[in-house]
Amino acid sequence: MAGQAPSVGTAAPRPRPSDRGRGGARTGAVWGVVFAAPQTLLFALFFLIPVVIAFALAFMEVRPTSMSFVGLDNFETVLGDVLFRRAIVNTSIFTAVVVLFWLGKALLIAYLLDPMNHTLQTFFKSAFYLPAVTSSVIISLVWLWIYHPNFGLLNGLVVALGGDPVAWLGNTSTALPALMAMQVIMGGGSSIVLLSAALARIPRDLYEVAIIDGAGRATIFAKVIVPLIRPTLLYLVVTGTINTFQVFEAVYVMTQGGPQFATTTVVYRIYQEAFQRFNLGVASAQAIVLFLITIVLAAVQFRFLGQNVEY
Amino acid sequence: MTAGTRFDSLLRDMSHPVRPTRTGAVVILVVLIVLSLAALVPLYWMFATSLTPSAMTVRLPPELVPSEPTLDNYRAVLRQPNFFRWVINSVIQAVSITAVTVATASMAGYALAKLPFRGSRTLFWLFILSMMLPFEAILVPLFLVVTRLGLVDTYLGLLLPLMVSPFSIFLMKQFIQTLPSELLDAARVDGAGEARIFWEVVLPLVRPGLAFLGIITFVAQWNSFVWPLVVTRSSEMRTLQVGLVLIREQEPLFFGLQMAAAVLAAIPVIVIFFSFQRYFLRGVTVGALKG
Repeated sequence: MAGQAPSVGTAAPRPRPSDRGRGGARTGAVWGVVFAAPQTLLFALFFLIPVVIAFALAFMEVRPTSMSFVGLDNFETVLGDVLFRRAIVNTSIFTAVVVLFWLGKALLIAYLLDPMNHTLQTFFKSAFYLPAVTSSVIISLVWLWIYHPNFGLLNGLVVALGGDPVAWLGNTSTALPALMAMQVIMGGGSSIVLLSAALARIPRDLYEVAIIDGAGRATIFAKVIVPLIRPTLLYLVVTGTINTFQVFEAVYVMTQGGPQFATTTVVYRIYQEAFQRFNLGVASAQAIVLFLITIVLAAVQFRFLGQNVEY
Repeated sequence: MTAGTRFDSLLRDMSHPVRPTRTGAVVILVVLIVLSLAALVPLYWMFATSLTPSAMTVRLPPELVPSEPTLDNYRAVLRQPNFFRWVINSVIQAVSITAVTVATASMAGYALAKLPFRGSRTLFWLFILSMMLPFEAILVPLFLVVTRLGLVDTYLGLLLPLMVSPFSIFLMKQFIQTLPSELLDAARVDGAGEARIFWEVVLPLVRPGLAFLGIITFVAQWNSFVWPLVVTRSSEMRTLQVGLVLIREQEPLFFGLQMAAAVLAAIPVIVIFFSFQRYFLRGVTVGALKG
């Protein structure tokens, strides 16, 4: 968007209203405050205050009628909680696998689409995008039905191929992989669009120079394409990891964290602690751990992937 | 032009320096068809099951095409207690939040882009930082604030927290920043007030941005689940997405019913998607739809 910015330097110097004296600038500032006010007030009330409260509550024991300061007790409870640790492990596995395969799939599709006919590109982008506008609850309900142990579509296929039906969401060994597979198969729509746009921006001269230099497809991919779309990849890895780490709907609708906590994720654990057991102090401490993990993930990825990025 | 080359140009971008061979293009086409079908078959299966009589859904092997299609499942959905309330609540949620977000975020975006005030840079960075923090991380304290305000299980409690949108402010600021300041100054010289400039100069020029923001906000709100789940209590206050889960809890074995309800909840966003396809497929780099 920066390219569309007007070149202010070439404009003939003429008096600006703000040069009329301090009055003009002050009027502008007053209007600035007025225009920014509605969102700023909502932001203060429903974002800043909750964040401050979250930090305060994490050090309190909250009872329906009273609150008392308990120092780091809640964090001890959280870090000593076997289930919360299990949730962190589950969520980390889920996030690592899903982000890797989902981004790999999106990159493969965007790369394959790039040299194809324009109409064909639009057709496939729409096809891949459609599941992305459908809500996670709907997708989860559909896959709950597909994974159904007795009458599901998947076991219908397995039996037709001569196999034995599997309780996909009922086994501790298959439940989490089943959720990951669903996420990878249905995901990727908006990332394909972003990666396609990044690929389309690569100047074609660069390809031609590379071809003249004798580069093959693999070399062009590794030495021309990947470095040039690196900012988009970085953006997708960071936002994808942070968002995937918050996985909740699929767990809530499909497995309720089971079987035997095999699919209990961090946000699901926080939900249980806060809204089923009403342990708000512990839940706040858990939320702060989630908050810190999120920040660390983003920071590590920026450092690790951000080197040599030219913006 | 032979039939072969005509077919070829339907397949490949002939001006692309590293286009595949004709055989390669056919292989790519097959790969793309397989991968897209993997994601589309579940959606087809939702439609197919919604038209299948209940008794036929619990039978093996599954019927890929309903042999006796029926609308009974849809009739059963419409008979669910409070179903119309859930639809109305979802419409209220999506429409009101979209309207308020588009209006207030473009106002804030204009202020941050063109009307600097003391602290406006700090405010901008606060918004940017808060975009990093996912909603789920403040779910618990937000619920406490809303409880303290006495807004649990009310429309205000459902709607107000979802109207906070630093992403929308950022998006509108980016759009408005590209407008030449000279244009706004010229209007000021002509004696227009800031409110009139905003309404008559700024908004018409960023109409594509407003449309884009409105569409993605509507879809995101129609699909939202976590906040409506925790902030509503009574069946009358539930939204459609939460209602879908309630239907499945009450009728766990009626897959046709569940899928018919899912289809009804999916139709509005599918219609919006196909009506405004170009907005979704343009690839705005600040896009924050789910992956």
